Amino acid sequence: MDAVLLARLQFALTIGFHFIFPPISIGLAWLLVIFEGLGWKKNNIIYQNMGKFFGKLLAITFAIGVATGIVMEFQFGTNWAEYSKFVGDIFGAPLAAEGIFAFFLESGFLGLYLFGRDRVSKGVHWFAIFMVAAGSTISAFWILVANSWQQTPAGFILRNGRAELTDFWEAVFNPSTIIRFLHTFDAALITGAFFVAGISAYLIIKDKQKEMAFHTLKIAVIFGLIASLLELFPFGHEHAIQVANTQPAKFAAQEGIYETQKEAGLVVFGIPSEDPLELKYEVKLPGLLSYMLYGDVSAEVKGLNEFPKDEHPPLFITFLSFHTMVALGSYFIFIMAVSSLLLYKKKLHKNKFILKLLLWSTPLPVIACQLGWAATEVGRQPWIVQGMLKTKDAVSVTVPAEYILFSIILFSVVYLILGGLYVYLLSKKINAGPEPVHTTEAV
Amino acid sequence: MDLNFIWFILLMFLIIGYAILDGFDLGVGILHFFSKSDDERRININAIAPVWDGNEVWLITAGGALFAAFPIVYATVFSGFYIAFMLLLTALIFRAVSMEFRGKVDSPRWRKIWDFGFASGSLLSALLFGVTAGNILRGIPINSELMFEGNFIGLLNPYSLLTGLIAVVLFSLHGGIFLMQKTEGVHKENIAGKLNGLWIIFVILFFVLLLYTIFEARYLFDNVLRNPLFYFFSALLLLSVIYIPVGIKSGKFKAAFIASSLIILSMISSMSVSLFPSFIPSSISKEFNLTIYNASSSQTTLQTMLIIALIGMPLVILYTIFIYKVFKGKVIITKDSY
Repeated sequence: MDAVLLARLQFALTIGFHFIFPPISIGLAWLLVIFEGLGWKKNNIIYQNMGKFFGKLLAITFAIGVATGIVMEFQFGTNWAEYSKFVGDIFGAPLAAEGIFAFFLESGFLGLYLFGRDRVSKGVHWFAIFMVAAGSTISAFWILVANSWQQTPAGFILRNGRAELTDFWEAVFNPSTIIRFLHTFDAALITGAFFVAGISAYLIIKDKQKEMAFHTLKIAVIFGLIASLLELFPFGHEHAIQVANTQPAKFAAQEGIYETQKEAGLVVFGIPSEDPLELKYEVKLPGLLSYMLYGDVSAEVKGLNEFPKDEHPPLFITFLSFHTMVALGSYFIFIMAVSSLLLYKKKLHKNKFILKLLLWSTPLPVIACQLGWAATEVGRQPWIVQGMLKTKDAVSVTVPAEYILFSIILFSVVYLILGGLYVYLLSKKINAGPEPVHTTEAV
Repeated sequence: MDLNFIWFILLMFLIIGYAILDGFDLGVGILHFFSKSDDERRININAIAPVWDGNEVWLITAGGALFAAFPIVYATVFSGFYIAFMLLLTALIFRAVSMEFRGKVDSPRWRKIWDFGFASGSLLSALLFGVTAGNILRGIPINSELMFEGNFIGLLNPYSLLTGLIAVVLFSLHGGIFLMQKTEGVHKENIAGKLNGLWIIFVILFFVLLLYTIFEARYLFDNVLRNPLFYFFSALLLLSVIYIPVGIKSGKFKAAFIASSLIILSMISSMSVSLFPSFIPSSISKEFNLTIYNASSSQTTLQTMLIIALIGMPLVILYTIFIYKVFKGKVIITKDSY
């Protein structure tokens, strides 16, 4: 058994499963800041009850996110000991900062938000959900600092056989941090918007407190449209330019550019082949990629042929996950734009087809997040730290392959159970619906 | 005082913080096995529901800080204790989600499953926490490359199983005292009936451990017999242990809770004083000990991390105190409860 492959599978499994939950939590928490804010400031019972309803869904999502997140903090040491020794001087700091500045904040205030409704004033209660949202966003920032450093390392020198920190701020704000954070944070907002929109649409279709559900649907649709548009431009666009400049091999693999060329086209479809290196059945929009990168259709774009073969990332996964993510992103803009238009014409609540489409689209942003993660991580291979340390040299040398296999089986079983229970409990809570507004209390 | 030393202290602070805070909610989980009715079990869970998550963050942050300040310890110990840590993670996952899931479906069988998940997850976590401490005390096989040479079975030696058992008993006592402040009536009497027994078992096991340590890890006493800190923590430990039955008998549960917290603090502190300047002693040769110097990050990182900790931790402590104050007093079951 190949210990490196197993360790990679283990990491993909544990982080992939964990990464289902944070984008939902972050996006949902910010929407709850809006709902609870309206409920508090306008003393509006509809938003208060919808806040409670979505708050329960946040609690389940958050619990699984936290439980599976502990694994993340430990497994660099358990599975990637050589990596930990090599980067510990730099990589550990953002993880510790995440704990100190973010985890304490979100977990502490989540308890206050969920259980303190009757114990604190309405203002403090709103402040609690605000702190949960802020805490989870700060958490995203620090973990993306750590990841960005793997992609575009900065602020260090190689000394004593490891990367040692020379400039903290340079390491934190390395060339890809800010744009990666904005891109990923916005992805979480989109995920939250589709989550709220889909579930609100479901309540309307099933005629469960549909007047109330329409309130949250409206906000989610407008929120979702803005977030989806921003994801295309500027965030997605700028992130692509950054990758092209700092990790050209990854960029070429994602976009499907195998030969350095002028007037490079934007590949819409293709099937990558590694040997011989070519993109089969290619469909492209001529000159567009060059234009998007450099504002000039005739500009030259570097192809994979510029890089030694042993530094090529796996082509199929990188290309496919990247292109599917982009396609999904375009779909998000489309459906949110259509919904907004119907909303403007006051027809959204009657349009069963679009409501159903919104419902079925609920998990799609989660899938897009997973694909984006795969595109950026697989696209960095064979490196674990771009240009400095290869993945095969980063695993724990003292851990036998059987141990890793054991943990893969263990976590697969545990996560299968958790995933099943998550869907079951979520649908149970959703079907129970929000608390109705009693006529005596109605505003 | 150099930065390595400061970080040693700060890490101990995080580990002690974790052991005291998650210690009581793990203890509540273990006592959950002995609860007599569904109401009691519901109150147990709601007693810790608003705070357990924040308590566990102490462990996560300790992990992150260890990675940042002493990456060699992080890498060597975590990969060396691979299977043990995978089991610990599974136990922590199950106890976390059990609390969340238990009240979500109205069926006795459903609740029974998650009651078991919560209690056994807590028990296993406490046990593994103690087993890890025991292995560190007696030293683990670290070779000249600063790599772990042992295996999982080797970690389950009698000495470490004893420390594991002590952790289970101590956390149960600590959690029980916490519950005395949170419960009323029959439930409270049921817990009160167990505290004296737990205290006696703890005292006996502790003396066994002391004798065992003289045979198993005598070197621990080499450095400390002339160190006043060791006597200070020993005295603190002794006084706290003696106070517990007094406090319980006179109904001063808050004071008794402080005493059980101080037991945890003084045990881990005297352990650190004995190990210092080593973090993890090597059972192969003293030269291969992982110390606060050969296993640390660069001075630049330690300094940066210190600034982060000095900005962040006071804030954490402030709002943690605020949140505990909000949830002070007996558990009140409302429709928002689990």
